[in-house]
Amino acid sequence: MLPKADFQSWLKELSGQFDIFGPKENGKGSVDWQRLEGGELPDLAPGVPKGSIKTFFFPQPETLLEFSARPKQEDAFRLKEPKETDNPRLLVGVRPCDARSVVLNSMPYEQDPYFQRRRQSVVLVGFACSQGCSTCFCTWTGGSPVGTEGLDLMVFVLEEGLYVESVTEKGERLLEGASTQRQPNDSELQAVQKIRQSAPSGLPEAMEPAPRLKEKDLMALYNAPFWQELSDSCINCGTCTFLCPTCYCFDIQDETLKGKGRRIRYWDSCMFPLFTLHASGHNPRGEKVKRVRNRFMHKLKYFPERFGPLSCVGCGRCVRDCPVNIDIRQVMKELLAI
Amino acid sequence: MSTMNQKITEELRQKARQLLESGQVAAFLGYTSGSVPMVMRPFVARNPEDADRLEWNSFCVLNLANYLPALLKSFEPPRRPNEPPPEGPLPKVGVVATGCWSRNMVVQVQENQVQRERLVIVGVSSRGMVDKKKVLRIIENRDVNSVDEQDNTLVVKGPGFEEEINRWDVVRDNCKTCIHPDPVIFDDMIGELHGDRQIPDRFRQVEEVEALSPEDRWKWFTSEIESCIRCYACRNACPLCYCPTCFVDDSRPQWVGKSIEPVDTAIFHILRAYHCAGRCTDCGSCESACPMGIRMRILTKKLQKDVLELYGAEAGMSIQEPLPLTTYKKDDPQDFILTESLKGEKK
Repeated sequence: MLPKADFQSWLKELSGQFDIFGPKENGKGSVDWQRLEGGELPDLAPGVPKGSIKTFFFPQPETLLEFSARPKQEDAFRLKEPKETDNPRLLVGVRPCDARSVVLNSMPYEQDPYFQRRRQSVVLVGFACSQGCSTCFCTWTGGSPVGTEGLDLMVFVLEEGLYVESVTEKGERLLEGASTQRQPNDSELQAVQKIRQSAPSGLPEAMEPAPRLKEKDLMALYNAPFWQELSDSCINCGTCTFLCPTCYCFDIQDETLKGKGRRIRYWDSCMFPLFTLHASGHNPRGEKVKRVRNRFMHKLKYFPERFGPLSCVGCGRCVRDCPVNIDIRQVMKELLAI
Repeated sequence: MSTMNQKITEELRQKARQLLESGQVAAFLGYTSGSVPMVMRPFVARNPEDADRLEWNSFCVLNLANYLPALLKSFEPPRRPNEPPPEGPLPKVGVVATGCWSRNMVVQVQENQVQRERLVIVGVSSRGMVDKKKVLRIIENRDVNSVDEQDNTLVVKGPGFEEEINRWDVVRDNCKTCIHPDPVIFDDMIGELHGDRQIPDRFRQVEEVEALSPEDRWKWFTSEIESCIRCYACRNACPLCYCPTCFVDDSRPQWVGKSIEPVDTAIFHILRAYHCAGRCTDCGSCESACPMGIRMRILTKKLQKDVLELYGAEAGMSIQEPLPLTTYKKDDPQDFILTESLKGEKK
């Protein structure tokens, strides 16, 4: 147990070791991931911040290699490992859905040195959800509002203060540094237990669509009639994919600016016209309906077939911010009905 | 529910059903209600039964003209890029249109993106659409379960609260400064025409930025676009953006960097705005679609103001009128082309 003020001074101490980030009002009317200074507490309004934590694992962009773009220089256009590395980072105020996204993304990125390096170095301090939002549906995707998958530490906000629990060794070592912590008493432990057991308000009843979708005939889902109506509304922007914590597609390009070159890996979106465009000029997903279908089929069918769970954590960002109200929950239900 | 919206919804359904039933149109483009409050879903009714799903309220914020070029094309027999369209009349599409949407249809006709004779436009004079972000600001970003729109108020309900908001207080900035709420072209009309509105300070937002020093203006601009994630919702929600390959997407050659490097984001926003000069009707689709709350409309509004002041033109007011920036006149103002030194103001 840590009283709120002690939690803050602990964060302040940690800021010597880490760059600390957390959800914070961004001056434009929304809460997003920002640098927290001097023991600042994260904004913990119910639900998730605007953007997801994928930006800490898939930086926009990631510099893979650097080179000099001055032809007269001896080492011109010779690729080198980038020199700059980030300070270790600590994310505080991570919701269980976002934390779980890191575990899911880790499956296809198992062999990816850039992602895995960040997975080692970034520390995730989660805050359990005691209230869901109208767009939350983690309980449909195998997650839980008190789930600890992907987290290093989990925090329960109690009246008396913050109950901090270590999930990984990395988390435990950090927690040892919180010198003013005390053992929780019985009533505090009961309060934590109560949060764990009671279904938080505002969340839909749990269901397990992944195994059921896995069993469905792929072509039957692929040829479902509702894709056309869905794509009638879609404007093919990248809002859903860029705000999504489990959309991880990227493209690579070389960029030069003032004689300095870099090879970057940046976010791509299956909504965009260049996505899967072949060198021949052919694009197997050249039309809107095919792109829309791919986004959902990837998350709800191809990924579970390959890795088991859905590639969706139910954070509801795509539902909340889609300008034309395309709702993955409805798509899921439509697919299950086939 | 608002009695006005109910009336428009009923008439809209009836007209759409009749158009679909009689075979006059192959599809009718409108809005249907969605799964979350305050976001309407653009919807293509393809048979008479679908017409009953059409709905009208103050949250129809995306410009439906945006969908027309592709929707019309989808009813044409497939052909090669340079092959002429087949002879004889092609299937028509019905669409509901407010003032600005109809003006964008005019621009699309002028720019050969849609054919007027293939549209059956059902006009609705706009009372102004509501800015969801303004509503959320008032209720301090709390979760919303339902929004019930009355004629002049919105009743917003969420866990543990209920708030009544004056509708006009949360109407979008572009709608508040709109002087042409009536459709300029239509084949049928729901309700009456309201006539032009008088708004003396309709460029106030632009003038505030104009009044800043160049340094402060740059600061304003960079801070405004700082949170851009390059999702291109603004571009894709815009009925003026119909290029098969946008300059930001093109990779051969690559005109602009693809990540969120500030210089690249700035280039995207400046060029996007300039591409809209003399064509933008200030429909506000871009701002409404933006997930990050960027007010990129102020850029296009500035260009709208410039085109009005320099050429006396407003986009999309009449199909017969020439497009201001693709027409040359001998007496066109060209002061702004001359550099300071040519004007003799500086050595």
